[in-house]
Amino acid sequence: MITLSHYLLLAGLLFAIAVAGIFLNRKNVILLLMCIELMLLAVNFNFVAFSRFLGNLDGQIFVFFILTVAAAEAAIGLAILVVLFRQRRSINVEELDAMKG
Amino acid sequence: MSIANLCLLIVLAPLLAAIVAGLGGRFISRAAAHTLCIAGVTVSFAASAWILDQMLDGAPVFNQSVYTWGVSDGLSMEIGFLIDNLSALMMTVVTFVSLAVHVYTIGYMRDDPGYQRFFAYISLFTFAMLMLVMSNNFLQLFFGWEAVGLVSYLLIGFWYKRPTAIFANYKAFIVNRIGDFGFIVGIAVIVAYMGSLDYMEVFERIPRAIGHDLYLTPGEPSKVITVICVALFLGAMGKSAQLPLHVWLPDSMEGPTPISALIHAATMVTAGIFMVARMSPLFQMSPDALHFIVVIGATTALFMGLLGLVNNDIKRVIAYSTLSQLGYMTAALGAGAYGAGIFHLMTHAFFKALLFLAAGSVIIGMHHEQDMRRMGGLKRYMPITYWTCLIGSLALIGFPGFSGFFSKDIIIEAIWHSDTEGSAYAYGCVLIGVFVTALYSFRLVFMTFHGRERMDEHTREHLHESPWVVMLPLIALAIPSIVIGWLTVGPVVFGDFFTGAIAHAPNGPLAELGREFHGPAAFVLHAARSPVLYLALGGIVAAWYLYLKRPDLPDRIATRYSRLYRLLVNKYYFDWFNENVVASGVRSFGTGLWRRGDETVIDGWLVNGSARAIGALAAVVRQVQSGYLYHYAFAMIIGLSLLLGWLLLRS
Repeated sequence: MITLSHYLLLAGLLFAIAVAGIFLNRKNVILLLMCIELMLLAVNFNFVAFSRFLGNLDGQIFVFFILTVAAAEAAIGLAILVVLFRQRRSINVEELDAMKG
Repeated sequence: MSIANLCLLIVLAPLLAAIVAGLGGRFISRAAAHTLCIAGVTVSFAASAWILDQMLDGAPVFNQSVYTWGVSDGLSMEIGFLIDNLSALMMTVVTFVSLAVHVYTIGYMRDDPGYQRFFAYISLFTFAMLMLVMSNNFLQLFFGWEAVGLVSYLLIGFWYKRPTAIFANYKAFIVNRIGDFGFIVGIAVIVAYMGSLDYMEVFERIPRAIGHDLYLTPGEPSKVITVICVALFLGAMGKSAQLPLHVWLPDSMEGPTPISALIHAATMVTAGIFMVARMSPLFQMSPDALHFIVVIGATTALFMGLLGLVNNDIKRVIAYSTLSQLGYMTAALGAGAYGAGIFHLMTHAFFKALLFLAAGSVIIGMHHEQDMRRMGGLKRYMPITYWTCLIGSLALIGFPGFSGFFSKDIIIEAIWHSDTEGSAYAYGCVLIGVFVTALYSFRLVFMTFHGRERMDEHTREHLHESPWVVMLPLIALAIPSIVIGWLTVGPVVFGDFFTGAIAHAPNGPLAELGREFHGPAAFVLHAARSPVLYLALGGIVAAWYLYLKRPDLPDRIATRYSRLYRLLVNKYYFDWFNENVVASGVRSFGTGLWRRGDETVIDGWLVNGSARAIGALAAVVRQVQSGYLYHYAFAMIIGLSLLLGWLLLRS
């Protein structure tokens, strides 16, 4: 029998993978974007699971919103990435330290 | 015209003239400036004389406030006038001397580019002194007190291009500040204990201060009334140039001669004497303060007189004689004979102004040469100056019949009869002082007007008597110098002239003298039996022998007693002490504060130090800002985890 905790565990695992991806990745900005998507999906998993087990549809509606926002974010993120690449001829994360104090 | 309006007229007429001549000096001619100022002072003099006349006819005391400046916590600050016999007498003396000086200035300052400015200053000075004298409360007294200080500063430094004049006016200003600090402390204690600034209310509330103690130093109580009196007298010591705050007065001779006569002989320096007499109900309550006053006064009287013996500058000799005479007045106050002090103040105002103006006349004749060693034999060239100067000198040494004789003799007798502590010492001082006074006065007369003519050829050819505007005030002052003592000694000192204005002890020295007094003629005859006359005559003879008969002798005495001579020439090293100990001490204290306090602590630690600390902190914090997005994200996640963890664990 698959219980709520299994779903939550899966979501946590996905989130952790995403965090690890952000930290371990030193090369590619696209990977960063993908990791962020993964985090959002992990959260979506939680929403769906809670919605299912509590019998409340609000969570599933929320998921649709998040998916929409995530799509928009990905589009904007990739667009920024293209501009960035045109500017600097590189998408290497190590070189993106213009915010250094 | 009501008395209040008349009082306003008296004080405002010179002020108005001063404002017009001072601010509009560029636009009006010299003649207009002096006409206006003299007119202002003449109005004041006429009105003052009329008031004095009314007072003598028994007019009631006038005491009224004309304007309330402000009320704070029940303490009313007002401008008001108290006209009684004391202030009426002072007003008349001040305006008369001021008028004489105004007229004299026309001649003395004829060629000076600052003519209008000078007239504005002396009129302003008259205004300030009148405000002081006519005041009926401590605040206005303090205003007048400071205003005369300010104007004296302006006048001493009148020739502002001379470094010595600037030095002298700073000195006068700073030394006066020291006294004024005591003065305002005294007023503050009065307000604290009596809760009023008005003279009459304060005098009524004197019992409130008696029996209370103040702890100035821990564990040592001092009587409140003594603190008040000594603090007020500190102010008088500054203004009236008593030891050790006397140092400014001789230096103030840097100013033009008319102001020496106006400020440093007749009016401003007498402010302290007047103030103590005005506050006599307070001082009468404090024998300790009187003891202090009599000792200070007598010491000043003798030791400042001695300095007059070694000076060669004609004006400085007179300045030291002023110091000495102020000492006499102060000693009289300390002995409880306030009336005698004020009486000497009045006679002194006439003959000292006369002496200064005569010296000024000599200086004009000598083309601004002031050194007596280059004078001599001037009697032939300047007869009127000689005779008026001689009259002034005779009055000064107290030659029987002249005005100074009465006032000085009364002071000496009063100190003899006084039961103030220290009056025996004071009696000795003032008695020797008589001899010294005669010696230096006639040294001046003999060195200037008699003997060999020591000036150079060029000066001698141009020697001539001064113009009539100079002579007129001399003669106008010479007459009262002779007769004023004879005419007024009976009523003013021994009559009830000052009853109500000055609080004399019922069995004080003056009351005792009054019982022995049988008219001025008897007083003059009585002098033949006292040592005072013989001391004065001895002084004249000594001066004649030393400076006419054997002019080589003074130099030989000076070499013989060179240590004593150096002590006198260096004015007891007061100036040396002030410059090298007080001034340089204060300066190095200031430098220390500047270097340690300002530069090190405030600038170094607080201002630059705080900036440096922020900078160092920022340099550390900056390391955290790597610029890598994932570091920021990690920080956010850690923060979020901590926050969530805290939220979960809390419950």
